[in-house]
Amino acid sequence: MAASGKDLVLEGITKRFGDYTAVDDLSLHVPAGRFFALLGPSGCGKSTTLRMIAGLEHPTSGRVYIGDEDVTATKAHQREVNTVFQSYALFPHLSILENVAFGLKRKKVPDAVEQAKAALELVELAHLAQRKPAQLSGGQQQRVALARAVVNRPHVLLLDEPLGALDMKLRRQMQTELKTIQDEVGVTFIHVTHDQEEAMTMADTVAVMNAGRIEQIGPPDELYDLPATAFVANFLGKSNLFEATVTESNGDWLSLSFAGTTTGLAASRAVQTTGTIVAGIRPEKIIAAPAGQPPASAGSGWAKVPGGRVTSVSYTGVSTEYEIAVQGLGEFTVFAQNLHSTGFTEGDQVDLWWEESNLFGLAGDADTEAGIEEV
Amino acid sequence: MKQLAHRIDISRWFVPVVAGLSFFYLLVPIVYILIYSFNDSGRTNLTWRGFTLSNWQNPCRPAGLCDAFINSLQVALIATVVATVLGTMIAFGLERFRFKFAGSANLLVFLPLTAPEVVLGASLLSQFLNLGVQLGMTTTVLSHIMFCISFVVVTIRARIATLDPKLEEAAADLYASASTAFWKVTFPLLIPGIAAAALLSFAISFDDFIVANFNSGSYTTLPQFMYVAARRGIPAEANVIGSFMFLLAVSLVVAVQVWRYWRRRSLERAV
Ligand SMILES: Nc1ncnc2c1ncn2[C@@H]1O[C@H](COP(=O)(O)OP(=O)(O)OP(=O)(O)O)[C@@H](O)[C@H]1O
Ligand SMILES: [Mg+2]
Repeated sequence: MAASGKDLVLEGITKRFGDYTAVDDLSLHVPAGRFFALLGPSGCGKSTTLRMIAGLEHPTSGRVYIGDEDVTATKAHQREVNTVFQSYALFPHLSILENVAFGLKRKKVPDAVEQAKAALELVELAHLAQRKPAQLSGGQQQRVALARAVVNRPHVLLLDEPLGALDMKLRRQMQTELKTIQDEVGVTFIHVTHDQEEAMTMADTVAVMNAGRIEQIGPPDELYDLPATAFVANFLGKSNLFEATVTESNGDWLSLSFAGTTTGLAASRAVQTTGTIVAGIRPEKIIAAPAGQPPASAGSGWAKVPGGRVTSVSYTGVSTEYEIAVQGLGEFTVFAQNLHSTGFTEGDQVDLWWEESNLFGLAGDADTEAGIEEV
Repeated sequence: MKQLAHRIDISRWFVPVVAGLSFFYLLVPIVYILIYSFNDSGRTNLTWRGFTLSNWQNPCRPAGLCDAFINSLQVALIATVVATVLGTMIAFGLERFRFKFAGSANLLVFLPLTAPEVVLGASLLSQFLNLGVQLGMTTTVLSHIMFCISFVVVTIRARIATLDPKLEEAAADLYASASTAFWKVTFPLLIPGIAAAALLSFAISFDDFIVANFNSGSYTTLPQFMYVAARRGIPAEANVIGSFMFLLAVSLVVAVQVWRYWRRRSLERAV
């Protein structure tokens, strides 16, 4: 099957509801055939952005392009874009087959019914073609919603948290299926979610969104390894962020001083390279070692932060999560793989070690609490 | 032990017995009408004088009865069609669009439901007289359309409110223009509500005596005919017409049920 996907370009789109700005001067370029995830907390404007791409909402300002065509002013039914709604929105009075054939019939495709049957085969629901939506389970309805959208071979397919209502097991299964289907049909997928794991495992490119703006765009591993803002550092996984002062710079490397200790930081991994900055490191990249005993792997290029005290231990099986208080710096979170059967207990004195090449640097005025999810 | 069994027995019989009594209470007048349609009545149809089929064989014998029946059917049909179409559109406007004076429009639609019928009938009459309109079928139909619209709007609005607005968005997303989305998605989902509203309109128009009595002039509807006839004694043929309407309604309901059952069966077989 020929790939039907096209580029999607958003150019400075803003959407206001009254004097509330839901989407704020957002620009985006998704190349054809990509699996793109839009990730962000509740209320950050993800659905509003999708609705503007679908034409169900019109931007207050800015332009929407599909391929080379400016579609900003066109209506939803004129756009070669289809949506898988979070609530599925299947037509309750039509059979599953009629639901899937709906779009093709509107476009007067001659073999609408045959194509709809093929799409139902794709999602393995051909045997339920004559049923009504109410007679299907949640997971089956979800697949019908997907078939109903995919069957039209749109240029862009929008998925608004389509897996939100499913339980964990079905969710993982559907994630794999979605990915397979996307490979098969070659349509540009824009997948909205607030599940970071889902975004990271499925998408080629992830955009992290916050308060109507995009904080950072990139491949999942890049976003995780080198977050550019405190929000991304905290929202995508966990991070330890602390203030440090740049004392020296030799081009490629910076020397940081904090709470009486020093560490190196690659200049290429820092957003800001002078003055006071916020430095960050991921919890699994820190090694906690008994006070005064360097870990076996440590060598040159490693930094040591002495004077830690274990304040809490949570054992999760594969790994153990420690909270370690360091004087003058506050709490550090450390993930240790359980390679040995003995770990630390509360009150143990430890030193923290990390490889300097794993550190990242953020702007000095970053809010270190941004993006931490309230539980 | 014994007492417990006793209590269970009561709870088992209570609902069916009460339901049976209620149905009996509801149906007694209808059964009475049905039976007395076979009465070999003389001047009055109040006492049983023996069984006959002649009333059913020749229901139009009393002068004016069948004319009044046909008049009522006509009025009810026209009023129902017009009120259902207009009422559906009003319901949509009120439910789906936010506009200036939406609140007061809402209230205005309810007013005819709350005004006493006598007041409604009398004020319509004075309006028609002031405008110099000839009383007759037209004025009867106009007044019926007026109060039927209120019932239609209230019934259909309730139905629209339960529709998921996402469905229309999904239709638009699947290349349906606004009018296609309406006819393919919204309208089919509203049909039960529209049918209920139409039946209700028909029933209240067909039943109406007070408003018609003010506004029909020399044009006579069935309830008016009965009212006048009641002074001399209602003819048994009126019972025939009453029974006929009742049986028609029952067979309609049965037909719908049978059709539904048959459709569900064929659907299950297809699955
Ligand atoms: N029609 C509307 N009128 C007014 N405000 C709106 C409207 N639609 C959305 N908003 C507001 O815009 C903001 C963004 O909404 P949106 O639905 O895009 O969030 P979201 O990122 O999809 O969140 P979630 O993950 O909870 O679905 C919210 O604060 C919401 O209250
Ligand atoms: Mg949303």
